[in-house]
Amino acid sequence: MRLSYPTNVKIVKVPCTGRVDTLLILKAFESGVDGVYLAGCLEGECHFLRGNLRAKKRVQYVKILLDEVGLGSGRLEMYNMSSAQGQRFAEVAREMTEKIRALGPSPIRKRVG
Amino acid sequence: MIVANRKTLEEILSMLKPYKKVLLLGCNECVTVCATGGEREVGVLASELRLSRAREDGEIEIREQTLERQCDHEYIDQVRPFVGEYEVILSMACGAGIQYVAEKYRDKVVLPAVNTTFLGVTLEQGVWSERCQGCGECILHLTGGVCPIARCAKSLLNGPCGGSFNGKCEVDKELDCGWQLIIDRLKELNQLEKYEEIIPIKDWTTSRDGGPRKRVREDLRL
Repeated sequence: MRLSYPTNVKIVKVPCTGRVDTLLILKAFESGVDGVYLAGCLEGECHFLRGNLRAKKRVQYVKILLDEVGLGSGRLEMYNMSSAQGQRFAEVAREMTEKIRALGPSPIRKRVG
Repeated sequence: MIVANRKTLEEILSMLKPYKKVLLLGCNECVTVCATGGEREVGVLASELRLSRAREDGEIEIREQTLERQCDHEYIDQVRPFVGEYEVILSMACGAGIQYVAEKYRDKVVLPAVNTTFLGVTLEQGVWSERCQGCGECILHLTGGVCPIARCAKSLLNGPCGGSFNGKCEVDKELDCGWQLIIDRLKELNQLEKYEEIIPIKDWTTSRDGGPRKRVREDLRL
């Protein structure tokens, strides 16, 4: 498809979004990233049945934690798309990048590298 | 198990305000099972604290350590080699564990990161419910295995009261009436005759009546 998406999006591969736990997301923010989003399979299409639904719940929980620590829940989102939706993947990458740009850099000063 | 709830981040941050070097102690027993103060929760709290401090340009150094138990001195002793490097201990154990850590390290400020709530069971993943109040004199054999002290809002020994309606308690429409549960269970067991026996006034001396309780087994002492 040769689609392009913003270069600031770094991909962390996991076998299923069900693998993403609270600490994994928090550690990303600790390392200084400005935003995190999970790209899970479509709801009802999880190979492991409920991985993406578990991830959705965790994202809701971590959003509360992010508000508490003062980073703001808007820096974390969950999206669902199938592996055949390359177009959607690129679109979400652009959408999230724009959203985070609008929020500005993470107030955590420590930066990666 | 002992069930606890984590305190709010705001409350913990306010307790930690004067400190920069924190030893965060989790416990591998009950608070791990009720997902409040085990290794995982220690990691999450440490991360939250670091993020909060970093946002305010403040410093914080946290050592994360989860002990097998905080209610046994052998395990508490495991942090002795490095406890001196920290200004404060923040414990995620139950009230017993937190106090025992404070007793063992008398020169350290020990802060609670959780509110200890009740002795209970896991109803399902993520849901816990109270079952016992540790009154010191068990009467479950009289009440079909359902405790009126813990499960009746009034701890009535002979119930139900007039507030029982359709099997629910008047204090909360979602709450089962403890005495309804007892009657249902006795029926199931074909032991309704037990319900007809009046349970006499309870001897509360086995409970908190005489202050903190202590148990000694001479045969086990070294």
